[in-house]
Amino acid sequence: MDSWTEFFNMGGYGPYIWSSFLIAVVVMSGLALQSWLDLKKQKRLVAELEARAERKRS
Amino acid sequence: MNFSAIVLPYVWALAAAGIGIGLYLSFFVAPPDYQQGDSVRIMFVHVPSAWLSQFGYGTMVASSIVALIFRHPLADVAAKSAAPIGAVFTFLALVAGGLWGKPMWGTYWVWDARTTSTLVLLFIYLGYMALWATIEDPNRAARVAAVFAIVGAVNLPIIRFSVDWWNTLHQPASVFRLDGPTIHSSLLWPLFVVALGFTFFFIGVLMVRMRAEILRRKVRTLQMQQAAA
Repeated sequence: MDSWTEFFNMGGYGPYIWSSFLIAVVVMSGLALQSWLDLKKQKRLVAELEARAERKRS
Repeated sequence: MNFSAIVLPYVWALAAAGIGIGLYLSFFVAPPDYQQGDSVRIMFVHVPSAWLSQFGYGTMVASSIVALIFRHPLADVAAKSAAPIGAVFTFLALVAGGLWGKPMWGTYWVWDARTTSTLVLLFIYLGYMALWATIEDPNRAARVAAVFAIVGAVNLPIIRFSVDWWNTLHQPASVFRLDGPTIHSSLLWPLFVVALGFTFFFIGVLMVRMRAEILRRKVRTLQMQQAAA
């Protein structure tokens, strides 16, 4: 068995260890991405509404 | 707003450094445990997540108290924004705990005091978020949610001391103890590095969510003004 296979095997606990880290990475990235997309959306909405208010005034 | 725009890049950099170095330490530097073997590495996700699940709730309670007493508008924005982040970390603590429990305890889940009270914490987070989502008037939602968060805080000491008050399968505290940590330093300091990275991640996401929430309120005001005009 080469050293990488051994590393991924993690003494037989590989599936449990790798899935726990993978789930953490996916869930945390998802949360950060969703938060960032929401911020972008709110920025766009504010810009649209302010532009509309500006047009009404002129 | 300006403050967060200036600080945010540094917060993300510290989060990335903490998590990156922490991952390296978790897999290449920390030794296998003498009893648990390599499965101990799951602790590097589980324990920081569990800490952050409590830190998140603490942030929510502190902000809710400030919101109720001083009526500072940023306080309920902070409380509302902290909830989903805390819920995510509670979820991760439970999932990583289960993935460790299967090979070590022989089961993914056990209804002991620590695991059950942590599951209750997740439900409290979800209930809190549901209140914000269902109450139409934001001022009323903020008040009701703040009271709910403060009442729910009784669960925090229950989680903390569950391992002492009841006979749990979950092991007792091994890091924050009056007589010092009982966990070996070779496993302890990688744990702190990951926890630090997670904490900065928490702060970064919190700042982004707070900015989005402030803008959401501005959108609401602008929409009402234009509807009235």
